[in-house]
Amino acid sequence: MAGESIIHVEDFTAAYDGTVILSQVNFDVYPGEVFVILGGSGCGKSTLLKHMIGLYKPARGKILIDGADVVAADRQERMDILRKFGVMYQSGALFGSMTLLDNVRLPLEEFTDLPPEAIRLIALMKLKQVGLAGFDNHLPSALSGGMQKRAAIARAMALDPRVLFLDEPSAGLDPITSAELDELIVSLARNLKMTFVIVSHELASIFAIADRVIMLDKKVKGIVATGKPRELREHSDNPWVRQFFLRQASLDG
Amino acid sequence: MVSAPQTSLQFRSEITRDGRLEFKVIGRLDSTSTGKVWRQAMEAIGRAKASQLIIDASGIEYCDGSGIAWLVHLRRHQAARDGQLEIRGLHAEFQELFNDAVTGDSLSPTAPVEERRSFTEQIGKAVCEIFHDLGAVISFVGELFVAMVYAARQPRRVRWRDTLKIAEALGVDALPIVLLIGFLMGLIMAFQAAVPLGQFGAQIFVANLIGLAVLRELGPLMTAIVLAGRSGSAFAAELGTMKVREEIDALKTMGLEPVRFLVVPRVIAALVMTPLLTVFADLVGLMGGSVVLLSLGFPLITFFHQLQSAVSYGSPVGGLVKSFFFGIIVAAVGCMRGLQTKSGASAVGESTTSAVVSSIILIVVTDGIFSVIYYYLWV
Repeated sequence: MAGESIIHVEDFTAAYDGTVILSQVNFDVYPGEVFVILGGSGCGKSTLLKHMIGLYKPARGKILIDGADVVAADRQERMDILRKFGVMYQSGALFGSMTLLDNVRLPLEEFTDLPPEAIRLIALMKLKQVGLAGFDNHLPSALSGGMQKRAAIARAMALDPRVLFLDEPSAGLDPITSAELDELIVSLARNLKMTFVIVSHELASIFAIADRVIMLDKKVKGIVATGKPRELREHSDNPWVRQFFLRQASLDG
Repeated sequence: MVSAPQTSLQFRSEITRDGRLEFKVIGRLDSTSTGKVWRQAMEAIGRAKASQLIIDASGIEYCDGSGIAWLVHLRRHQAARDGQLEIRGLHAEFQELFNDAVTGDSLSPTAPVEERRSFTEQIGKAVCEIFHDLGAVISFVGELFVAMVYAARQPRRVRWRDTLKIAEALGVDALPIVLLIGFLMGLIMAFQAAVPLGQFGAQIFVANLIGLAVLRELGPLMTAIVLAGRSGSAFAAELGTMKVREEIDALKTMGLEPVRFLVVPRVIAALVMTPLLTVFADLVGLMGGSVVLLSLGFPLITFFHQLQSAVSYGSPVGGLVKSFFFGIIVAAVGCMRGLQTKSGASAVGESTTSAVVSSIILIVVTDGIFSVIYYYLWV
């Protein structure tokens, strides 16, 4: 793919308590694409994501977001990096004691000196973009799972970041709600030219949204395949990858 | 013989002419009926001592997991005694379940996985954990200190709305229980002391006792312990749940320090409210004592004169200074335990427990340290 990458991961190794989870992972994400990190349970998808957003320090390797080094950043640099991306967590992680409006407003209040009415208007616009107009005065507990995730996306994009990280957006949602969320992701990517990095194992959703995927594997402790999902399904030279896409149980048990 | 009315299961055992034991089972072999058959069968086998066992299973019209388990058990029992088992006429579907159970992986329970460590290794690990904990405490105290200094220098960045809400829950809502406990402590102590002091005609010195004990020790201490149980645990549970629900991670990736965002408002609220509550506890404690003295026939004015002569300003002020520190301990320990929560619902419970236990221990230890300091300051 042409052009500068927006996320660059090089020679990345992650370990918990001396056990290596992922080793020697290298990949790039390019601006404007919907990039899916894919793999079976326990292969290190979420671990990779949490390292990319700087919650954990990798055992080795380099992670650049928009040219800035996440791993080596000092306090001030880290604050600058954090503004480049938003994160939607698996559970939504909305603050339960605040209304949706307050949740979305929080990053704006903390990081900008916009007047309060501007902040309120921006927050309402973000909620409208994810289809939650009119729900601004609700507490997260009053919403369904799908709505909570959409609100979490609204909060993640409050500061108009260049990259959005989504951890398992379809986890715990029914297929229809999940498809609606997929549509939202695609439309945000098209209309706002945002880059999405999504951790997922939902095949239906991957085919609907992903421009490119990397596939992680527990045995290899790294990437087994990179490419467009359809190409991998049809033409991958790795039978295990083809099986995954065709939803077959692994031959070697 | 009484048979279970809801299940129609007949079980017959007989010994054939050629010395074989034969069971005949007719009906439904399910989890409600199998238990009885199981015991009857084992008894019959024990009595008969026959090496060959035949089960006529053609009458079994339904057989669930427990029925299959019984058949498997009989098979294993016979195999262990070098006997034979023949199952006749078991329906094909049940036969398939039976075959699945007896073929393939063994059905004996796996021994629990034990990580065997040598004694030295265990000690080393425990010491490492203690140092790790200590490191976490030191770094938390440092972070909190930095955040408090930051809050003092930029008070506009403090989340005052949250702070007020927390102060209400921690202070105003705790007032009734603090008043009740303070009053009763004063009353009970005065009452207990009045009897022995009365033997020496020194009942009026109850005022001295109450004044010193309540203002110096009991007021601050009881208030802090009530707050540790009420609010320290609440902080730990609240922050622990936020940790489990990834909300703490969300704060971090939004660039909001959890310590500044969540801990500072709680510490400020506790810092302000604990001394205030202590003042109330002190006052009602003295009231409790005065009620006892009133009932013993001393007028109120006598009580107050005696109190004034016995208690200098140092006692209440010293108590209040202590309560500042108790407040910080309750809030900081509660928040720290909350932020240290591991994953899972039980982890929140553990954090809550350890928040209350550690803050009560720390409160008492701090109280001891203050006693020594005050002793040298005032003698």
